[in-house]
Amino acid sequence: MAADADDRVLQLRAAVKAELANVDFVLGYAKGFDPLHATPVTVRTEADADRLIFDATCVQNLATSLYGLNGKRIGLVVKGCDSRSLIQLMQEKLLERSQLVIFGLPCDGVLDLAKIRVKADIAAIHGAEISGDEVRLLLPEGTKTLPRRDVLADKCLRCRYPNPLVADHLIGQERTPQGAEDTYADLDGFEKLSPQERFDFWKRQMSRCIRCYACRNACPLCVCKHVCLADSRDPHWLSAEATLQEKWLFQVMHALHLAGRCTECGECQRSCPMGIPILLLKRKMNRELKEVFNYEAGVDPEAVPPLHTFLMEEDKIKDRGQLW
Amino acid sequence: MQDMGRDYRIIGFLCNWCSYGGADAAGVARFSQPTDLRIIRVPCSGRVDPMFVAKALLSGADGVLVSGCHPRDCHYSEGNFYARRRLEMLRRFLPIIGVDEGRFEYIWVSASEGSRWRDMVTRFTEKIHELGPMPRMTEPARTMCALEGMLGQSLAQPDMGGTEGDLSQARIQTVLSGEPKLPDWSRPAQGQVEPRADAMLSASDIARLGDENGANGKEGGHGR
Repeated sequence: MAADADDRVLQLRAAVKAELANVDFVLGYAKGFDPLHATPVTVRTEADADRLIFDATCVQNLATSLYGLNGKRIGLVVKGCDSRSLIQLMQEKLLERSQLVIFGLPCDGVLDLAKIRVKADIAAIHGAEISGDEVRLLLPEGTKTLPRRDVLADKCLRCRYPNPLVADHLIGQERTPQGAEDTYADLDGFEKLSPQERFDFWKRQMSRCIRCYACRNACPLCVCKHVCLADSRDPHWLSAEATLQEKWLFQVMHALHLAGRCTECGECQRSCPMGIPILLLKRKMNRELKEVFNYEAGVDPEAVPPLHTFLMEEDKIKDRGQLW
Repeated sequence: MQDMGRDYRIIGFLCNWCSYGGADAAGVARFSQPTDLRIIRVPCSGRVDPMFVAKALLSGADGVLVSGCHPRDCHYSEGNFYARRRLEMLRRFLPIIGVDEGRFEYIWVSASEGSRWRDMVTRFTEKIHELGPMPRMTEPARTMCALEGMLGQSLAQPDMGGTEGDLSQARIQTVLSGEPKLPDWSRPAQGQVEPRADAMLSASDIARLGDENGANGKEGGHGR
């Protein structure tokens, strides 16, 4: 681990300890059950604070945990992408800025375990070191070195907000963003397929879905929770049948309900136990929002969401009434 | 226009104040119109949740048409302005889920525009007939039976699976070990695509295996 990173964790622990008196608790990351997993922890005491870490294994978006904690004063450790979820929640008035103490950490990217899994047996890994552009995995048969870019999450490879956009304590050096503009190369590739091929692709993907709703539960912006339309009997949008159609309609609903809200934190796809690339749906919606309304969710807490307003004459929408 | 002898299912969401009146005017004027459209009257085009459209399309509609008052003409002043933004986003979103963009359209028709309504409906219906039936997100019923057939004769449905000839032990091993693997779709396809470790055996892969064994598991279109 680089010296800067170590310093940063010490700074984080010190900052958290200093704030402990002002908050009910702090949510952060601690070392998980193996070297590739970090686990979210609730910090209430100084001893807890000494467990805090921050590195490339801190993949979770802790903003997801804020539901139901209204009325509490909470400290939260966030990466750049997580801070966008916070901003979006604040914009929707689901979160008060005054109830949060935000520990912002500029981030160099987090690991994608699905990518490591194809290169090595992650159950056998007993150590991992990340330095510079390399990730060294300590395996029983010896050390395996992988280029860092190959095992970073996709969202990190196109990250434009490595630095938290909102923070009370900014800890560590600010990073320079990797990509200037999202190229949507994955979407472009996918859209080269014919509609029928795309349909068949999703059909194949959704046949793996086990309807566990991990995608919904991991989404920081799925704020309906116990009144989610997927569970509701009245209106009865989805039945409990485990058919492809129901599973697929849920994914479409998730994407539609996130229109103008999704910050592409990628938690839905990461948490999917079946590896279904559902973030693609949200990315498509975001690309169109950017094109039509030049809008990006979770960047400006004061911005008006494009679907909550209108212009008498839309710039980019052709008048469909005159179409034919 | 092909396939005109057959009725397709087209759902129309019409606002109470303009388009429903327009459709009524077309009927009063005794214009002849295609019979594929089923009309649902809504208070305002602003009432149309994009989920209405998505649910209709995924539940068997071949096309969905939303029609409201012309912009600036809304009975509730601004309902159709919100609708325009929402429906435009939906229209642009649909291609990614494999629904042809032509299957959904939103238009503006006022209560006096009976002939315009007739033209719109006729053209939209023609377009849907050109596109053909909407593909269905349904598993072939025999998929699971085919799997059972591979692993042993299905007791529940002895006439399905099991009759497709013997699957070799090697074949069963291939199926159980997760082959054939799915490519990593999150990356643009270029040359050799690395298999994704978490890609698992999908039902349609199993179905395909069944098909290779001489069963006609062809599906597509509506079972009508």
